[in-house]
Amino acid sequence: MTGFGPEEWQAITLSLRVATVATLLSLPLGILAGYALARWQFPGKQVLNGLIHLPLVLPPVVTGYLLLLTFGPQGPGGRALESLFGLTLAFRWTGAVLAAAVMAFPLMVRAIRLAIEAVDPNLEEAAATLGAPRLWVFATITLPLILPGVIAGAILAFAKAMGEFGATITFVANIPGQTQTLPSAVYAFLQVPRGEPAAMRLVIVSVVLSMAALIASEWLARRAARR
Amino acid sequence: MSLTLDIRHSLAGFPLEVAVEAPEGVTALFGRSGAGKTSVIKAVAGLLHPDAGRISLDGASLFDSTARVNVPPHKRQLGYVFQDARLFPHMTVRANLTYGTRFARERPGPSLEDVATLLDISPLLDRRPDTLSGGETQRVAIGRALLARPRMLLMDEPLAALDAARKAEILPYLERLRDELRVPMLYVSHSVAEIARLATTVVVMEQGRVVTAGPAETVLSDPALTRQIGVRQAGALLPATVTRQHSDGLTELAISGGRLFLPQMSLEEGAKTRVRVLAQDVLLSTQEPQGMSALNILPVTVADIRPGDGPGTICQLQCGSDHILARITRRSAEALNIHPGQQVYAVIKSVSVDPVDVGRG
Repeated sequence: MTGFGPEEWQAITLSLRVATVATLLSLPLGILAGYALARWQFPGKQVLNGLIHLPLVLPPVVTGYLLLLTFGPQGPGGRALESLFGLTLAFRWTGAVLAAAVMAFPLMVRAIRLAIEAVDPNLEEAAATLGAPRLWVFATITLPLILPGVIAGAILAFAKAMGEFGATITFVANIPGQTQTLPSAVYAFLQVPRGEPAAMRLVIVSVVLSMAALIASEWLARRAARR
Repeated sequence: MSLTLDIRHSLAGFPLEVAVEAPEGVTALFGRSGAGKTSVIKAVAGLLHPDAGRISLDGASLFDSTARVNVPPHKRQLGYVFQDARLFPHMTVRANLTYGTRFARERPGPSLEDVATLLDISPLLDRRPDTLSGGETQRVAIGRALLARPRMLLMDEPLAALDAARKAEILPYLERLRDELRVPMLYVSHSVAEIARLATTVVVMEQGRVVTAGPAETVLSDPALTRQIGVRQAGALLPATVTRQHSDGLTELAISGGRLFLPQMSLEEGAKTRVRVLAQDVLLSTQEPQGMSALNILPVTVADIRPGDGPGTICQLQCGSDHILARITRRSAEALNIHPGQQVYAVIKSVSVDPVDVGRG
């Protein structure tokens, strides 16, 4: 009907699922990290900033390998998650979520941090003098004011997660139905004879999704700047 | 309700060392920009952490460096009105006003309707802050602080960002807070005109220190403070009662040393008021002047003469139980041989008294 084969559908839905879960799970952490970098002074702030941004500049295959070392079956993180929650990451879609989240995190934090830096701390001070505790001030003043930035960051992270390839394939391989995301599927189709039409269909899907995400993110950023 | 404060803090440029007693009513912190006034009010609100000292409200510590007490700002129950209003841009006026109410439910205090009526902001409730004029914005900010039902209002130059017309628009509302709601206030300002209208107690600050403090009438008519207040701003504060509204547009007032005719005031007969008479608007005459257009000629006794830095002198004159200040040249003072104890006549031109300088008593 749509011309998509079952393997293509699997790749599209898996990518959507991985990107959605990765974005939603990293959002609270992204807000916290953005807030910490924008507002707090603490020792090791530059180290934290560097760690968050490292996946942006490292070759993705290196990030993937480091994830495999840490969260693979023999890695300390992997063994801890296995024994504590019975959660296996390596070669599972959950691992794809982690890889996508790590790779998208710097983009998300950057957008949120910029939004928080644009909020006048004097407004938060004013809210405190009116009797509001700190968390309430965050929920009613800071968060609503940074919301466009948060949404823009989330969309950017989602798009990045949709397209993540290098770290994902290194960490969780390319197993159809399990860890074969959209870019992995494109790569796989290109490796086989007569796979090009399928690859091309996925490429179009990929371009459309990415364009939509960029436009939405730009629009929200401009809306935020107007305030 | 009384605030006691004794703090030390190092500011850029000079140390802040301030001890202030703020009794009932409106206590004004007066001084030039950079004298440390805002640091004091921020310390009271908990937005600035002094190096050492103690701040207490009705005997209960808000801050005490030796006992390691530092009540966080949101638990101090003090309303803060900022110079730049700081309304929340993403909320309506109504949401701004009621922001602090949920934290003050168990305390008695005015309702939204009371405050909206008092400050004339009822028509603005559904507007957004960015659609308000400067005067409206500041009235909403005052209302928002009031609705948090504070034990005391802290006002940091609330009128400084407004032009003269907007100031004149808001001053009567502040008088209503003082007289009708009886809200204690700590009021920071560098404007003598505002302080003369509002303050019951005045604390004069300079370079992080308190120069003098006392009842407004005494402090403002103290010739020794001319330098801090500024020669053009020096003037006395006279408590007065409206005795008659004349049909020719003048209002007659009784003061302790006689009567004053001033341009019409919108006050009913019998109303208490206070009038600020600037030192530079007062002439002295050793004989009762004849054939003069000025309506206000008051017999007074010279109490004190203070030569200033320039060609002028400030004379403090006893007028009934109050003081009037007159700024005359040193040459005139010498020519007329003005000396303490002398009987002279003070001449005040009716129209020289600015309506802004006439407040409710």
